[in-house]
Amino acid sequence: MTESVLDIRDLRITYGQGAGQVEAVRGVSLGVNAGEVLGLVGESSCGKTSLAFTAIGHVAAGGRITGGQVLYRGRNIFAMSPAELQRLRGRDVAMVYQNPMASLNPSMRIGEQIAEILRIHEHLRPAEAKRRAIQLLDQVHLPDAETIVDRYAHQLSGGQQQRVVIAMGLACSPSLLILDEPTTGLDVTTEATILDLVAELKATSNTAIIYVSHNLGVIARVCDRVAVMYAGQITEEAPVRNLFAKPRHPYTAGLLGAVPNLGREGQPLRPIPGHLPRAGSFPSGCTFAPRCQYARDLCLHEMPPLLPAGEQRQSRCYFWREVRLPAGGVEGDIAAADGAPVSETPVLEIDNLRKYYVERKGIFSGRANRVVKAVDGVSLELGPGETLAVVGESGCGKSTLSSCVVGLQEPDEGEMRLSGAPLPARTGDRPRDLRRQIQIVFQNPDTALNPAQTVGEIVGRPLRLFQGLRDARELRERVERILESVNMDDSYLDRYPAQLSGGQKQRVGIARALAADPSVIVCDEPVSALDVSIQATVLNLLRELQEQRDYSYVFISHDLSVVRYLADRVAVMYLGQIMETGTTKRIFAPPFHPYTEALVSAVPLPDPTIPQERIRLQGPVPGAGSIPAGCPFQTRCPRKIGAICEQEAPPIRDAGDGHLIRCHHPLEDLARFGPVIELIPTAVAR
Amino acid sequence: MVRFLTRRVAFVALTLFIVSIVIFGVTELLPGDVAVMILGSEATDETLAALRTQLGLDRPAPQRYADWLAGAIHGDFGESLRMRTEVGPLVLERLRNSLALAGIAFIVGVPLALGLGIVAGLRKDRLADRAITMTTLLGISVPEFVIGSVLIILFASIWPILPASSLIDPRQNPLENLRYLILPAATLVLVTLAHTTRMTRASVIRVMRSDYVRTAFLKGMPRGRVILRHVLPNALLPSITIIAINLGWMIGGLIVVETVFGYPGLGQLMIFAVTNRDVPLLQAVALLVATIYALANLGADVLYAALNPRIRY
Repeated sequence: MTESVLDIRDLRITYGQGAGQVEAVRGVSLGVNAGEVLGLVGESSCGKTSLAFTAIGHVAAGGRITGGQVLYRGRNIFAMSPAELQRLRGRDVAMVYQNPMASLNPSMRIGEQIAEILRIHEHLRPAEAKRRAIQLLDQVHLPDAETIVDRYAHQLSGGQQQRVVIAMGLACSPSLLILDEPTTGLDVTTEATILDLVAELKATSNTAIIYVSHNLGVIARVCDRVAVMYAGQITEEAPVRNLFAKPRHPYTAGLLGAVPNLGREGQPLRPIPGHLPRAGSFPSGCTFAPRCQYARDLCLHEMPPLLPAGEQRQSRCYFWREVRLPAGGVEGDIAAADGAPVSETPVLEIDNLRKYYVERKGIFSGRANRVVKAVDGVSLELGPGETLAVVGESGCGKSTLSSCVVGLQEPDEGEMRLSGAPLPARTGDRPRDLRRQIQIVFQNPDTALNPAQTVGEIVGRPLRLFQGLRDARELRERVERILESVNMDDSYLDRYPAQLSGGQKQRVGIARALAADPSVIVCDEPVSALDVSIQATVLNLLRELQEQRDYSYVFISHDLSVVRYLADRVAVMYLGQIMETGTTKRIFAPPFHPYTEALVSAVPLPDPTIPQERIRLQGPVPGAGSIPAGCPFQTRCPRKIGAICEQEAPPIRDAGDGHLIRCHHPLEDLARFGPVIELIPTAVAR
Repeated sequence: MVRFLTRRVAFVALTLFIVSIVIFGVTELLPGDVAVMILGSEATDETLAALRTQLGLDRPAPQRYADWLAGAIHGDFGESLRMRTEVGPLVLERLRNSLALAGIAFIVGVPLALGLGIVAGLRKDRLADRAITMTTLLGISVPEFVIGSVLIILFASIWPILPASSLIDPRQNPLENLRYLILPAATLVLVTLAHTTRMTRASVIRVMRSDYVRTAFLKGMPRGRVILRHVLPNALLPSITIIAINLGWMIGGLIVVETVFGYPGLGQLMIFAVTNRDVPLLQAVALLVATIYALANLGADVLYAALNPRIRY
């Protein structure tokens, strides 16, 4: 079983030429054995993808190997002739990519894309190759493989596309399979089924797998052994359980402390201070030293080698014995919130909101227009200083709902009230003061900021618009104070967004919202585009600001771990309807709505020791244009009762304390289904 | 697909209907009185009035438009004011000549342009790419009459192997004497080459950089297969549109080239109609040219949809 498949020795990859050249992979040695899943984890631009691609003999344009070797079964991949390399690829080593839609040829039937591998590498006849393609599609659990084989990529859902790409990878039963962020961008429920597939593959074949991901939860679920990368180097390597239980590099410990963990209650998030070093400007000593709480003089001057740190473990830290998981309430711990007081008058009320889209088919087609029910009768309340999270898979209508609140879209029906006063649907109809009171923080800070304006101008704009500030000096002082509240000093005032990191940009986005002095801030996936270590900073910032200023947040997210960390109350949406709503504590414990139950069970936990029930939803979310009759969730529900679910809209059951569940199951039954995750209370000194 | 086709054809009909209104409206507004043009400025008011009645010019415009359109649909464009013959056959004869020239330029030019574009795209920034890009750019930046004249000087004067002009009898089938078509067709190819080549080159480069082509290479597909099966089917699609526009121009827009070579095509007929205020002739040619453009684009759309599985109606 310990037969080595891939052996990377002191590998260096450099991008660019002359003075602009940057070493992206800096002397990495790593091996994978047959039947083993090696996780490669790290934040953006740590070199993990560049490294993974070398196993298939590929270096991205502009890059080159500047040192070391990549040995596949003892043969140096980068010394192979083009013909040898071509025979290696797809047959011995195969790859699955991050974006399945982009990695499938849009104008070739998917069956043909699989079959051609078999025809080239195994010289099968076309008919035989197609038969095998169908078998492979079957093997990755695509329903109705015989039909799917003749489809085009765009006719499949994201999860189905990724299964096709995996089937392509498996075509010649390779000895090494590289999976590069294969679930990034997929819904959590789809992600769970893909991860199951990887686990099944691991159990049934002797293929060595390299699994590249930024998501610690995903790594914890599928890998045997993990290598953590930081700034082009391996910082720690260990068997998965040991790594998560006892990290022996400060960076690993930092990452684990910075990700919200659904399985641990009341655990505060500790962001890693500082930011990722820019490639090409690495400090002389340990690359992580500037952000490290354990760093000493030695670390600043001398780069530590990978040191043996226990059985089968290595750490690039002189002081690995001192590293501890950042648990415990040293800086004051934040207890899991159990909802804001219900008695207070709500800041924002949403009453029976509906937003339907009509899909037009063009003037000459004569086909009936289809109605898409994006938001279908949603009622919600948001108290002062409260965070209400809206969660659900893509296409559930959560973004449409938030657009309606902000006024970017006009609902067809329903009412909204802000502090008791009616809130007009269109931004244009809202008086300036109402517009001021509702602000939004967008998902992608790279595109949400005007690249031609300085930070000072961006943050100053709401001040001039809503507060009528004109005096340049006063304006500057106010902007400085607002930036201070998001932990940015005045040196940022005259910078442009392009000169900021992702986390800094998002803080400017938040500062812009704050400048209006709002009462409600709609946060639309505010941390999903950020790296793990940065994510924690932004989440904590949102939390602190709320404590100081009593902002109310509508927090749109697909990440249940983040929601559990931040939200007071949660609304679970499915196909435009709220299936369950209640305080965060109640949402994450039984009785569950079957949909919530499935969502929670799908979340990858960054801790391989936490037992988690395995409930999987089959198939994609039905289009909002063809919502199933009866209960919208009945087509995918693992706990479907029968005909009643297909015929009647489910009643709303009141579990008390504002906890509402829309389901045909009586509450007693739902309560019996039991917890999905055994919650482990973090040992905190209170 | 049937629905898609019906819809596109209906769109073409609508476009042409609007175009016909515009053509009729504009020719109505043209300065100069046809009756005066025909009879000269010494004609008496009575003879002018009589001629106007005879030509139907005294009736209200909407009525004349309706009559004209009804005739046009049946292929009857009336009588040329200047040539005193039926407009229909005259135009058809010139259309045949234009089609012959455009056809040859198309058959030679399109594969050449696509081929050069593919080579340039695949050999991006190499010598072949630079050479192709430079030459095609030259073709597009030099005015077409210069290209025509240079070709005449080269192949009719310095090395006289081809006739300098293509002054043939308009009634003669131009395909019977292909020698006359070579220089004008060569000019057309050179002028249109750059568009298609550059479009194809950009498209090939874009597709070569795509994830699915990288996937194909990393699946271990041989380079030739990757190019033939993965790159070209996707890269050539955008070229269809630009080829269609060029085709429309080659059939109906060759005023300068036809003049340089004296070739009796639609362009020359159009010039003749304009300079002589021959309104029925002008209307017929204009409507025909609009139809050619519309059909070329329709063909491109249909072909694009047929070759692109992402577009299904």
